[in-house]
Amino acid sequence: MKIHEGQAKALLKDYGIPVPGGRMAETPEEAQKAAAELGTRVAVKAQIHAGGRGKGGGIKLADSPDDAREKAESILGMTLVTHQTGPQGRMVRMVLVEEALDVEKELYLGMVIDRKQSCVTVIASEAGGMDIEEVAANTPEKLIREPVMPEIGLQPFQARKIAFGLNLPEPLIRPGTDLLIKMYRLFIEKDASLVEINPLVISRNGRLLAADAKVNFDDNALGRHEDIRELRDIHEEEPAEVEASKHKLSYVKLDGNVGCMVNGAGLAMATMDIIQLYGSMPANFLDVGGAASAERVEQAFRILLSDPNVKSVLINIFGGIVRCDRVAEGVVEAAKRLEIKVPIVIRLAGTNSEIAGEILNQSGLSFAVADTLADAAEKAVKAAGV
Amino acid sequence: MSILVDENTKVIVQGITGKEGSFHTRQMKEYGTQVVAGVTPGKGGTVFEGIPVFNAVAEAVHETGGDTSVIFVPPMFASDALMEAADAGVKLVVCISEGIPTLDMIRQARVYTEKKGVRFIGPNCPGIISPGKCKIGIMPGFIHEKGRVGVLSRSGTLTYEAVDQLTREKLGQSTCIGLGGDPIIGTRFVDGLKLFKEDSQTEGVVLIGEIGGTDEEEAARYIKQEFNKPVVAFIAGRTAPPGKRMGHAGAIIAGGKGTAGEKIEALREAGVTVVDSPTGFGAAMKKRLRS
Repeated sequence: MKIHEGQAKALLKDYGIPVPGGRMAETPEEAQKAAAELGTRVAVKAQIHAGGRGKGGGIKLADSPDDAREKAESILGMTLVTHQTGPQGRMVRMVLVEEALDVEKELYLGMVIDRKQSCVTVIASEAGGMDIEEVAANTPEKLIREPVMPEIGLQPFQARKIAFGLNLPEPLIRPGTDLLIKMYRLFIEKDASLVEINPLVISRNGRLLAADAKVNFDDNALGRHEDIRELRDIHEEEPAEVEASKHKLSYVKLDGNVGCMVNGAGLAMATMDIIQLYGSMPANFLDVGGAASAERVEQAFRILLSDPNVKSVLINIFGGIVRCDRVAEGVVEAAKRLEIKVPIVIRLAGTNSEIAGEILNQSGLSFAVADTLADAAEKAVKAAGV
Repeated sequence: MSILVDENTKVIVQGITGKEGSFHTRQMKEYGTQVVAGVTPGKGGTVFEGIPVFNAVAEAVHETGGDTSVIFVPPMFASDALMEAADAGVKLVVCISEGIPTLDMIRQARVYTEKKGVRFIGPNCPGIISPGKCKIGIMPGFIHEKGRVGVLSRSGTLTYEAVDQLTREKLGQSTCIGLGGDPIIGTRFVDGLKLFKEDSQTEGVVLIGEIGGTDEEEAARYIKQEFNKPVVAFIAGRTAPPGKRMGHAGAIIAGGKGTAGEKIEALREAGVTVVDSPTGFGAAMKKRLRS
């Protein structure tokens, strides 16, 4: 789960990490009031769950509370397009009004799950403020990596190593190590999957501050963090994906025309790939899971067909524990109830697939039944007509 | 020979009285697996389908001689169950549970099992099967056939697809391991390959990877240097967009890393036959084993 910059900074602050003074605002008037309270030059920053906001015109400086109101007015309600939002952009509903900083130097600090070493690894760089992926690709020598032993956590000597590695000025070594230890504590205690401070700023008056912050959380651990669950902003999520998650279906919207309904994540991805192999593009990823019951199939259809780009549907089920005849019954029922107009291609393999074929053939509905996945993909792509 | 499990394996089911646990215990028994005990704290002393239920894994091991455990407990308790099994002295733990917090795996399960020297498979996986001998997990037994090919996979149903093809081509399987779809897992491709290398029943290996992480790249490196049996691979997720979790928590392209393209290239460079379509496993393996 992702949260907004302002929420991430509030969390950092709770852990004693210095952040610029700031307030969230949903209207220009609130932004004006926030700027007046702060009493300094402010930055008005669009709050969306995507990076690259500055380049897209989502971050503006304001000299006075009146100016802050005007800047907020221009940002709130805009559709912000950045390299991370896709061409359709993201509507801005909230801004963070924050004390503007006099920046001496920008650094990068991140903590990630290191799959290879099975631990949390700290990544730091003197090249702050830019995409860390770019730094890693172009100047890997500027990257500091410090894996943390899970049993004992981030140790002071490691934090010092990083602080010195970042060439922090002597008076900031202590605050720097302190910040790192606190950041690691936050990562562990809140079940984060990523904590990133980029840039970590050294201000002209010699302070160390988190000028931007990103915190992502492990979805599997949200059950034990009520405070974090409350930070969810469903406006930032694809409505169909939100709907799908309510029904415990795993759905990701994509840009193609062939809708897919598959059991199992790996097979679902492979089905997407084979659609491309036959010359079209998948409209979505959809895993109906291990229990593809009639009800789930119907919900899956609803979500799938809410995408107007879908020109044909490919259903691919490998029945193991899930019985194909049950799935076929579900498909027939759902197709009748929802009066589905787009062509449906079905491939059912495994447990009771023959009975399933009969059910489909005798339903009176015009399904295209395919024997193999290759056959199914070819038919679905042809039916989509692209 | 098969690897890790065979007809002598004695299985303990953790969470035997739960919905999943009870259903799959019946399926495993029906397949011929020796299920010797179940564990559900608080239900010790009862019997499930003729199988004695204990309060603790240690007790189950002591009383029945179980040497392998399979976990069907809810995700929030799964890491604890895994450690309990490792502590009780089983030699292999298979964790089926899906949705375990990543930090539980990192800070508890991995650390603890490493200290105890216990291998685990999963989590979020279908389990392990040596056809005709022993099935531990949730895979449909009937599609399998005892044979010559080892299978290692990060996926569930996509594995069944491959197994089905191997059975149709009359190649069969020696042992199939579902490694699991999570970012942090116990047994990875390289671990499986090392075991298959020493197994005389296994003549070739099917490797099913997907986007995310670098386990496939590491497998490629190992294959190139040390693995001398034919390998056929497929990588799912060529059409997956970056930054999005594709069902499996581990299937996510992060920071431009973990793409299907990189993995395919690394594997091809190591001499692996990478099939473009998930319909090509059987035919490709047949060809590799013939030549």
